[in-house]
Amino acid sequence: MKTPDVLQKEAEEQLRSFEGRELSPKDRMAIPPHEMPSQEPDVRRRNMSEVALGYSPEEARAEAMRCLQCKNAPCVQGCPVQVRIPEFLHAAAQGDFSGAIDIIRQSSLLPAVCGRVCPQESQCQKNCTMGKVLKSVDKAVAIGRVERFCADRRRSLGNLPAVAVKPETGKKVAVIGSGPSCITVAADVRREGHDVTMFEAFHKPGGVLVYGIPEFRLPKAIVQQEIDGLLQMGVKLETNFVVGRTRTIGELMEEDGFDAVFIGTGAGLPKFMDIPGENLVGVFSANEYLTRANLMKAYQTETAHTPLYLAKKVAVLGGGNVAMDAARMALRLGAEEVHLIYRRTEAEMPARVEEVQHAKEEGVQFHLLQNAVEVLGDENDVVKAIKCIRFELGEPDASGRRSPVPVPGSEFEMAIDAVIVAIGNGSNPLIGRTTPGLELNKRGNIVVDETNRTSLEGIYAGGDIVLGAATVILAMGEGRKAAAAINGYLAGKK
Amino acid sequence: MEVEAPLIARERKAGQFIILQIDTQIGERVPLTIADADPGKGTITLIFQKVGATTTLLSQKNEGDEIAAILGPLGSPTHIEKFGHVVCVGGGIGVAPMYPIAQAMKAAGNKVTMIMGARNIGLFVMTEEMRAVADELILITDDGSSGRKGLVTEPLKELCGQTPPPDLVVAIGPPIMMKFCALTTKPYGVKTIVSLNTIMVDGTGMCGGCRVTVGGKTKFVCVDGPEFDGHEVDFDNMMKRMRMFKPREMWAKEHFCNLMQAADALAAKEGK
Repeated sequence: MKTPDVLQKEAEEQLRSFEGRELSPKDRMAIPPHEMPSQEPDVRRRNMSEVALGYSPEEARAEAMRCLQCKNAPCVQGCPVQVRIPEFLHAAAQGDFSGAIDIIRQSSLLPAVCGRVCPQESQCQKNCTMGKVLKSVDKAVAIGRVERFCADRRRSLGNLPAVAVKPETGKKVAVIGSGPSCITVAADVRREGHDVTMFEAFHKPGGVLVYGIPEFRLPKAIVQQEIDGLLQMGVKLETNFVVGRTRTIGELMEEDGFDAVFIGTGAGLPKFMDIPGENLVGVFSANEYLTRANLMKAYQTETAHTPLYLAKKVAVLGGGNVAMDAARMALRLGAEEVHLIYRRTEAEMPARVEEVQHAKEEGVQFHLLQNAVEVLGDENDVVKAIKCIRFELGEPDASGRRSPVPVPGSEFEMAIDAVIVAIGNGSNPLIGRTTPGLELNKRGNIVVDETNRTSLEGIYAGGDIVLGAATVILAMGEGRKAAAAINGYLAGKK
Repeated sequence: MEVEAPLIARERKAGQFIILQIDTQIGERVPLTIADADPGKGTITLIFQKVGATTTLLSQKNEGDEIAAILGPLGSPTHIEKFGHVVCVGGGIGVAPMYPIAQAMKAAGNKVTMIMGARNIGLFVMTEEMRAVADELILITDDGSSGRKGLVTEPLKELCGQTPPPDLVVAIGPPIMMKFCALTTKPYGVKTIVSLNTIMVDGTGMCGGCRVTVGGKTKFVCVDGPEFDGHEVDFDNMMKRMRMFKPREMWAKEHFCNLMQAADALAAKEGK
């Protein structure tokens, strides 16, 4: 890992050498990828500040210059909301960062968020010609990092222009939730002049961006700024309001006069392993562990009232972004050892490559091809160890993936004092149970058509409650489609 | 304490609860039962015991003050129908959530016997309200300072031994009391509902902190409960889980008390 100073010097030199001349594709290919300047692993593993420090203007320009400006723009096809990537990179390469962000914002409402949390290596950057030519997706143009820089730069200048809102239509739309899909729907529907109210069960808006993704990966001030933008557009926000309990969807539509509803309640029901000992003292869902630390600010032990469970040796079960977040949070909360246990190999981990890398740098110990079979407790039912079994990769299954099979007799125990289960989320049953006629699939996800319309008139849904646990950008893509459908529906409604 | 919360007052049903926060920046989220509600006035009644930081701060609120956040009504409502003879057992402030249940059971045409237990006479709540609702009211204290001397399980056992036995028992109180009520009724085969109040963060099913083992399966108190079949609940595991944060809570309480003392001392000094 190079220090931020070294990275900055390199970028400055590159820019000097290109001054005043048109770059050929060969020149562009010769520019090495720019590393993300980051806090030193030994320092950051004990603080809550953002790990990635972000590019400097020089680094952002030099990285944007690597873009070959492909006519067919394969990167755009990899983006769930089709950001016009070559165009914004072209502007950024010229140093026109405001122009760049304007191009991005036409497609994506949350560039500062997406630049940080999108799995670029399996979306835009996966298709990047530069990465293909250099035979490594790691050498693709760092689209997300440049996006992040442009968004942060624009924000630091302040006074973002107000988003234009069409004249009031008098039609009311309820948005249930306040995470990524809901933010997108609220903005797109409000723009058409409809009266939008967002309902959030927690005391703070932002959904998974606030309770789930940690401060060290996504500073909460950024999320708050996006919410403030919505409020400035005239979107109304009701916190501490759980639809299905405080009011049902039926009541919102029949009694409170809402003409359309968008359900974006997310994947809010943690899955457990269903193994013995899972309800012992010291076993948590990642949702609980992260919510205590993020939303409830329990890491501020001097002031926060919400307690933390202090543990020295923590086991985290799972291989996704949430597992990485939980493992890295455990380090920051004082754990001496964090063991991440995953049934498959690193290649199959659903987490972003950068998160896996960061977790390793910070000292999270990876136990691959292993899985927990039992949590063991002491006489007070407090976790003292975890029993695991080893796996090996078997024959490829129908999908071509070699699925892991347990090795008989390979069980072993590991002494630990807390377990965090991060193996995904099911769908929360609250809305389904209280909305008669709403069609759900057998997993409990809401069934929608290609325009994100549910089985009930005027009710749309999107994000993880439809997809199962997915990503921020996919939720935004869903929100986009649903908002267009809602606007169309309301235009045709008297 | 009476709190203005019109939507909750309108929607709440017997057996449901709320989550409350004193401060949305640093406050914890604490589940409290709804003892009563007046949809006309738009208010709900909360009865709570001062045990931690939030309930201590809540007790210091004056008339007209605001509470930062109240979410509800949460949990599935009590299943109310005409069972016949329903025995309600309320221990300590467990009487508060029992009140709307007893009211609803009575309104559904049941004969309601209410057993109220407390350590001593000073700890009874809502006695007169209960007397007005119940067909029969049995008071019992640990020290005999009011009503019978003993534990709630004693009259409960006598009632179960009658012919015919009660059709349903509902027990709400400290976990240990609910555990022994369930153990008392089990040999008689009397169905026993208990209402659990475990540690929660969100109260909507998202965190799973409230999970309990019921009939060998994991259930979430906030969405699957709070009421469960008392004969199926693993009370021992639940009680251990409820002590999960005890060391930290003790520290916080002490820390908090020291802060309050320091603040009082400062105020006194400035007063001079």
